[in-house]
Amino acid sequence: MSIVPAAPAAGRPNPFPVSWTTRAAWLGLAIYSVYAASLLDVTWERFVFGLGNGARFIGRMLPPAFTHMDLLWKGLAESLEIAIIATVFGIVLSLPVGLAASRNLMPIWVSWPARAFIALCRSFHPVIVAILFVKAVGFGAIAGILALIVASVGFIAKLFAEAIEEISLKQVEAVRATGASFMNVIFMAVVPQVLARFTGFATYQLDSNLRNSTMVGIVGGGGIGSTLFTAFQKFDYDFVLTILLAIIAIIFVGEILAGWVRKTFQ
Amino acid sequence: MTAIGAMTGAAANGSGQAGMTGTRSLSIRGLTKEYVRGKPVLRGISLDIAGQGITAIIGPSGTGKSTLIRCINRLVEPTAGEIWFQGMDLARLRGRSLREARRRIGMVFQEYNLVERLSVMENLLCGRLGYISPVRAWLRRFDPADIERAFELLDIVGLGAFATQRADALSGGQRQRVGIARAVMQRPDLLLADEPTSSLDPKTSVEIMELMAGLTAQHDIPVILNIHNVELAKRFAARIVGMAGGHVVFDGLPADLRDDHLKQIYGGEGWLE
Repeated sequence: MSIVPAAPAAGRPNPFPVSWTTRAAWLGLAIYSVYAASLLDVTWERFVFGLGNGARFIGRMLPPAFTHMDLLWKGLAESLEIAIIATVFGIVLSLPVGLAASRNLMPIWVSWPARAFIALCRSFHPVIVAILFVKAVGFGAIAGILALIVASVGFIAKLFAEAIEEISLKQVEAVRATGASFMNVIFMAVVPQVLARFTGFATYQLDSNLRNSTMVGIVGGGGIGSTLFTAFQKFDYDFVLTILLAIIAIIFVGEILAGWVRKTFQ
Repeated sequence: MTAIGAMTGAAANGSGQAGMTGTRSLSIRGLTKEYVRGKPVLRGISLDIAGQGITAIIGPSGTGKSTLIRCINRLVEPTAGEIWFQGMDLARLRGRSLREARRRIGMVFQEYNLVERLSVMENLLCGRLGYISPVRAWLRRFDPADIERAFELLDIVGLGAFATQRADALSGGQRQRVGIARAVMQRPDLLLADEPTSSLDPKTSVEIMELMAGLTAQHDIPVILNIHNVELAKRFAARIVGMAGGHVVFDGLPADLRDDHLKQIYGGEGWLE
């Protein structure tokens, strides 16, 4: 038994050609990773030292403190409100933007600017957008909502446009051939083809906004994030754990709800 | 504008009545289509189609049969030429007047082209989309008379029990029945059929042709039919148009179509055994 691949019969091309470019790229990536780690002082001793510190930190978190429950509920409620409002407005904005960005239904002078707008919405992480809005409109939930709306449009509109670009144009053609107006074609031939996927994107975005809404507060955008950040700064690590557990619970519930919605719209 | 309005009214009143066939004839003059500049698929086609009966267009694949049919309802833009129907040159219509012309021209497709995720009933009512606003379409507020007619048509095509099933649950033959019913829902003055049986087995093909021929004869709708199957063409059509290389090379009664013509249309002769 030989593990060396059989040499191809004379006169035949090698059926499994080797790509030296790909091998060189993998090797290059491996070398760079080691080099970057050496630059950034990523060492085993440093890691072990960090572990000890982490153990002390976890020790101070336990047991979780249920002292400031009013703060917790208020923060959670605000995060939930931020997430839901941002998702609703994000979806409403994404529908026309995504439709405008679809290259198979729209002329290039419509789709190009729409795609540029989507790319702009996607350029920055929600934290950076949240900081911008906090500076622009001041501290509080409104900044967080605006930041997450931008993130939602960047995500949903892009995927929605892609879903529209993958539809069967035969179905569209048939409906157009009946003399249907453009909007009727959209409602009866395009929407049925993308509705299930769109519902999937929207519920995923709600899920994502729930998580992000707990974070925008750290930069002043309202919600449980600000409560969390304050607790960190006051070294109330036991209360921090309570907040973290509450966030996990919310994400779980959101996940279950999203799955249920997706199933309903299949 | 008033002339178009009057025409529309006349066509609507006359639908289904014999004696109105004059308004249902089609006249094609010098129709040319080039997908690529300098390489015409249709080379100056001129045809007069009477306002009744089935006209079958036969010819090899890639000879422009489908392009010809799609130029009529402008799913394909003609490069040059005129298509006269009910006093209008279809080749020049734009916007609303094009949509109003399309409302009166039904089309049946090779691959049925049903909206897969809509129900059978919704697919039939797509045939009425030229007449209702987007809001009503969205809310499915179709005219009750149209809904009643859709139920009747479903019974006629033998799918009465399938009204609320999704189109993607149907077999090929059933889908084409829905496709035909959708076209007839338009109360068309002309029916275009682009290879309606090419995706179906021989028995189903005959059934579909019988259904289409029967329904259109009953409502006196002229049919322009692209079809590969010469036997089916001869059996159902009143007139056969043979195309080759973007030209009409035969135009006559099915009985007059000889093997010599088929050689001229399809080329070669070994396949004619």
